Amino acid sequence: MRNLFQLLWRYHFLILFLLLELGSFVLVVRNNNFQQTTFVNSANVVTGTFYNWLSSAKTYIHLKKTNANLAAENAHLLSLLPDTTNIHLAPTTIKNDTYHQQYEYISAHVINNSINRRNNYLTLNVGTVDGVRPEMGVICGNGVVGKVKNVSEHFCTVMSVLHNESKVSAKFKKNNYYGSLVWEGGSSEYATLNDIALHVPVAVGDSIITTSYSPLYPEGIMVGIVSHFDRKPGQNFYSIKVKLATDFSALTYVYVVLNKFKMEQEKLESLNKHD
Amino acid sequence: MINKIVGNLFRFIFLVIVQITVMDNIQLNGYLNPFIYVVFILMLPFETPGWLLLLLGFIAGITIDIFAGTGGIHAAATVFMAFCRPRIIRIISPRDGYEAETKPSINNMGIRWFLTYSITLVLLHHTALFFIESFKLSEFLPVFLRAIQSAALTLLLIVMGSFLFARGKVVE
Repeated sequence: MRNLFQLLWRYHFLILFLLLELGSFVLVVRNNNFQQTTFVNSANVVTGTFYNWLSSAKTYIHLKKTNANLAAENAHLLSLLPDTTNIHLAPTTIKNDTYHQQYEYISAHVINNSINRRNNYLTLNVGTVDGVRPEMGVICGNGVVGKVKNVSEHFCTVMSVLHNESKVSAKFKKNNYYGSLVWEGGSSEYATLNDIALHVPVAVGDSIITTSYSPLYPEGIMVGIVSHFDRKPGQNFYSIKVKLATDFSALTYVYVVLNKFKMEQEKLESLNKHD
Repeated sequence: MINKIVGNLFRFIFLVIVQITVMDNIQLNGYLNPFIYVVFILMLPFETPGWLLLLLGFIAGITIDIFAGTGGIHAAATVFMAFCRPRIIRIISPRDGYEAETKPSINNMGIRWFLTYSITLVLLHHTALFFIESFKLSEFLPVFLRAIQSAALTLLLIVMGSFLFARGKVVE
């Protein structure tokens, strides 16, 4: 027994080092695991409150840009009002009650945001009391932002599109060919669209929008614009660089997407997995 | 003794606040990010026992992790750095050893010694940090490059900061 203690004492530095590293790696892995709620995240009340305070100072700096964005969005929405068209169609009454509203939006304020890591997250000032749940999509006036990861009572964290594991189902607006958009690190302005076959006509300046395949976002939300594309030798797919529509470095107000049919869609689709 | 603890505690709080309010918002060239909170580990007195060094490294790292929402990557990297510190100090010790009751600062040890010391440890910390963050060997070169660039930025800030806060004359 004494020998054991002597041995432990002799190597206590190394043993403590290994123990602490083990603890840290457990935290890293738990944090990466998408479904796990973690203790160490900024949905935590203390850090959430702190970032709320910090962001009220930071919001001020971006006021001008935010105003411009909101004004542009308002103008766009105003142009969609029925009063702005000359022809007034008689409203059609739909009696079929399956025509429920599918999407609702929860407005949120970004209180913490990063773009300089390999895995970036945002913190929003909405939580379970506002109806936010994990795995909801988040968009802003310009384009897609990410999906909700962890939720506390008054805050939630969002896995940004600028993340190792982020994958957005996206398609060409002009011809509906779809692929998946990933972020390979580097600049926060560009992402890569994969799985577009070589026979698809691609041109610089094409608009990329969201598909209806993923229950996260409504169809047709802007993702970005093709800025550059090439084909790697020996591959059957294009590698397309997309300039993202969302300016992640100046995000202030975003919308959490509440898809009312998401559960139903996923439940139905999960039945296929048993085959 | 009490003086030293209070001094280090204040340094810790100051560095954490600067790190999360200012440094985490710096994005040079896309995604270079200085991590100056490592100064806390660099500046601990020479006679700090090994186990305390490791524990303080873990606490410093986990504090940054909690605020940045990064799981345990800072904790892992800072513990690694704290683990390397005694060895580095032994390797680069001056001819007549270290004086008792000093801390490894620029005005105690001179510029050359301090640079060797901080460059080695900051590089070790940043390399560990960015590799744990990316967790992919396929991104080896870009990650390594990013670690070196960020380390250069951190070191620049550390050296500027230690001249700013240095009391008394710097030993040549």
